[in-house]
Amino acid sequence: MRLVYEKSRAGRRAGRLPNPDVERVDVPAALRRQAPARLPELAEPDLVRHFTELSTRNFGIDTGFYPLGSCTMKHNPRANERVVNLPGFRDLHPYQEEDGSQGALEVMWRLQEILKEVTGLHEVTLQPAAGSQGELTGLLLIKALLDAAGERQRVEVLAPDTAHGTNPASVTMAGLELVDVKTDERGNVDVADLESKLSDRTAALMLTNPSTLGLFEEGITELTEAVHSAGGYCYYDGANLNAVCGISRPGDMGFDVVHINLHKTFSQPHGGGGPGGGPVAVRDELAPYLPVPVVARAGDRFVFDADRPASIGRVRGFGGPFGVFVRSYAFIRRYGPALREMSEVAVLNANYLMARLREAYDVPYERACMHEFVASARTLKKEQGITALDVAKRLMDYGFHPPTVYFPLVVPEALMIEPTETEAKETLDEFVDAMLAIAEEAKSSPDLLRAAPNSRPVRRLDEVRATKHPVLRYRFDDHPSSE
Amino acid sequence: MFDAIGIESFEELLADIPQAVRLDRPLDLEPALSESELVDHLAQLASRNVDVNRELSFLGAGVYDHYVPAIVDAVLERGELLTAYTPYQPEMSQGVLQAIFEYQTAICELTGLDVSNASGYDGHTVAADACFLAKSATGRSKVVVAETLNPQTREVIATFAPGFGLEVVEVPHTDGVTDPSAMEEAAAGAAAVIFQQPNFFGCLEPAPELAAAASAAGALPVAHVDLLSLGVLEAPGAYGCAVAIGEGQSAGNTLSFGGPHYGFLSAREEFLRRMPGRIVGETVDVDGKRAYVLALQTREQHIRREKATSNITTNQTLLALAGLVYLSWLGPQGLREVGEISMALAEHAKATIGPSPAFDRPTFREFAVRCRRPSRDVVRDARALGVHPGYALGREYEDMDDMLLIALTERRTVEEIDRLAAILHEVGA
Amino acid sequence: MSESYPTDLYYNREHDWARVAQGEATLGITWHAQDALGEVVHFEPPEAGAQIAAGGSYGEVESVKAVSDLISPLSGEILEVNPAVVDAPELINAEPYAGGWLVRIRLSNDAEVDELLGAAAYEAWVAEQ
Repeated sequence: MRLVYEKSRAGRRAGRLPNPDVERVDVPAALRRQAPARLPELAEPDLVRHFTELSTRNFGIDTGFYPLGSCTMKHNPRANERVVNLPGFRDLHPYQEEDGSQGALEVMWRLQEILKEVTGLHEVTLQPAAGSQGELTGLLLIKALLDAAGERQRVEVLAPDTAHGTNPASVTMAGLELVDVKTDERGNVDVADLESKLSDRTAALMLTNPSTLGLFEEGITELTEAVHSAGGYCYYDGANLNAVCGISRPGDMGFDVVHINLHKTFSQPHGGGGPGGGPVAVRDELAPYLPVPVVARAGDRFVFDADRPASIGRVRGFGGPFGVFVRSYAFIRRYGPALREMSEVAVLNANYLMARLREAYDVPYERACMHEFVASARTLKKEQGITALDVAKRLMDYGFHPPTVYFPLVVPEALMIEPTETEAKETLDEFVDAMLAIAEEAKSSPDLLRAAPNSRPVRRLDEVRATKHPVLRYRFDDHPSSE
Repeated sequence: MFDAIGIESFEELLADIPQAVRLDRPLDLEPALSESELVDHLAQLASRNVDVNRELSFLGAGVYDHYVPAIVDAVLERGELLTAYTPYQPEMSQGVLQAIFEYQTAICELTGLDVSNASGYDGHTVAADACFLAKSATGRSKVVVAETLNPQTREVIATFAPGFGLEVVEVPHTDGVTDPSAMEEAAAGAAAVIFQQPNFFGCLEPAPELAAAASAAGALPVAHVDLLSLGVLEAPGAYGCAVAIGEGQSAGNTLSFGGPHYGFLSAREEFLRRMPGRIVGETVDVDGKRAYVLALQTREQHIRREKATSNITTNQTLLALAGLVYLSWLGPQGLREVGEISMALAEHAKATIGPSPAFDRPTFREFAVRCRRPSRDVVRDARALGVHPGYALGREYEDMDDMLLIALTERRTVEEIDRLAAILHEVGA
Repeated sequence: MSESYPTDLYYNREHDWARVAQGEATLGITWHAQDALGEVVHFEPPEAGAQIAAGGSYGEVESVKAVSDLISPLSGEILEVNPAVVDAPELINAEPYAGGWLVRIRLSNDAEVDELLGAAAYEAWVAEQ
């Protein structure tokens, strides 16, 4: 398919602007644009067709089943799009005075209250832009508290070797140091290894629970107690909160800081990469350090409270990604106190898939999973030379988005599968049928898998070329003029 | 399903969760709502906001009421784009990948630089990203920011800089803009110099001189720019900047009470391997057909972990897509016009509304005036008459309690400017 | 090429090799290392003149989906970076022990050679992994 720049014809345009009767003024010559940017020049019908064609070359949760592990691809209720586009939200300037933004502040305050209840913690900042920024914010809160307590030597953050890469990257960006902790044969954090690494240099434990293996840490309170008695704090990476809403709360497990991925657990359309929202909930002790502003209630009014002298400061613009808050608030209000059902169905769906796929795939841990699980194509690889990637690509031909592959690294040929509560049993069965058929094909016609996909707009890509000879923008000068 | 799993009750699936940490009561949340009740509830909350349709507004200060055309909504409503995850599987995601490639191209064209990422969180966090990049590129441990840089951007830098091992130095403004010689002095030993064009007061900085001052000190010149100004103002790459960053909201995003919007970050090619975030590259499939894929992923956290160029994963692709659609809708001619019209309206307002400009400098779409009363009081009184006259600069700057920052976009009219003038007169500004 | 571990080289457990002669050494990565990595797309070299220490990282090699530190088997000063590999890192895959060498160093501590593995011992180590 051609790029929008290749469809461009000089002099065409889609948009017309007002033409007010005022005198045009010149920019000082030294600051004036010399060569215009080569933006596309297309009439609106051609532009609409271009972007419509792009959409047909893409697959979303609206298109079909999308069991991408750790990404919590759930349905995005359309009512949420309706409410986020109410003019009172969509067209509200962020510097509008408080008396002109009471409705927006109330939405934020209500969401904060909900997140406190769901996490079992005491105060919330909605500001962080995404989960990884929530991590960084949470670590900076812990660092600020340690600094205030005169414990600057506490710079080590312990994280299990199954952690997402964001955890170690966030640790570095917070100016702290990562210490890896091992995973035991049941998939839990190795408690002995953890204890051997605790010291007066320990700032925090950073834990994803359920883990990236989809397993609930069986010794969760032992972990938090051990870290606390060594003088450290406990950070709960809430990427997998979809497993436990209303079932168990991080605050009750002993965690001091939690981030919540609104775009996962609370249904933000992911938009091909974002936006997200990464609110952070904390125990009282850490509240003075929260980023400013926090939304507070003062009688029957809602205000931006920026008076926190010990605050770590601002982590992004304004109060956070407000449109994300509206959607997530709307999503949660559809459940009310029955939010637990969301997590229960997610857990049930995952266990059902895991049980049925055991027939043809390795499942490394003999335990019930939570909202997701990791299967492995290691036997297929050994016996047929078929890899997790081949399975993933072949699934596309069956009309499914593949699971996450090759993560976590502790499981070879990993296929990380997360169905979410969205899916009906019939969809899960169709997926299982496809996975079983693929396992059969691996034996009967392995080349079919190695050549997959065959039903998509493109087949497998030369990723080496993309990285070795990077072409990261359209090269106008290499192409004949389109005029 | 229970049979297939081999359980008799759902509770068996929760066996790994210690009893002591189970929640033994329902969540204390308000009752569930049906869709119609939900929409009514949120409509009621939305009605308590005074949006720009209900009150003539001259607010800007980093977020601008430019028109967002209907085609943007139409594209963003396509579920295949709206509800897709990050394009890890390129065969499933050519639509989003190509759109990001087209977006990167637009950002490079506008900023005059070589490489762009697929977006950052907003115009403030990309400044922190630029600091991280500059620190790793130069090994230096100081960044210099102009006081005329958006206050929120400076606050975000101040939050993250210590963790990056960076000290932050501010260069005060001189009559509304930054003095290049003061900048050069401050830039000695700095990793980067960050300035904004047009600056927070709407004034045009001597940007080429500031970039030269940074370069002379061996610091990376970083320009914080507005995409909609780049039809009339020179591209940062053309006057020697190493990195250009900014807030994309003005190009294609609604106000939305501050987000979600998108930040952009582009740089000279030499910094490619230090870029934060996703980048899409062109390649071919096994049949030789052109295709797009996430490129240079070894920079990123999921591979390089604690040595990554950033921790960013989720970004703002959907908002950046809105930016691409909007910029394509404008085209080069429209981009120039939107800048020219906004600037002309601002100039007209400057000459006619009464209070005199606070700084005798060329401006773009926004300008500060000095009122005879505290500007916060002017805002309050003018709003009582149905007009939001602008941003009270005293909210962020000391000694500017009498200053009001007034923004004009192509949506404002001469009649609306007349109305602003009348109201400012009426409230004694 | 197929799996091989030349007997005239010394190895460390991080899958780097050294060819030692007259107070200097040429360094590279082993067949096993390049095979595990896949097609190498980038070599991030140290600067000539830099001091490197045995057991420390002196650079990186990258494939599309992985990055690996280069762990020096020996201490010394970088005399030369292989320019051919900077331009065409796939040489590391094609000829890990010949055209795919990475750097040449002047040794600062000859005794360190005694700590390294011979080909047989290294091959046994690879088999264990």
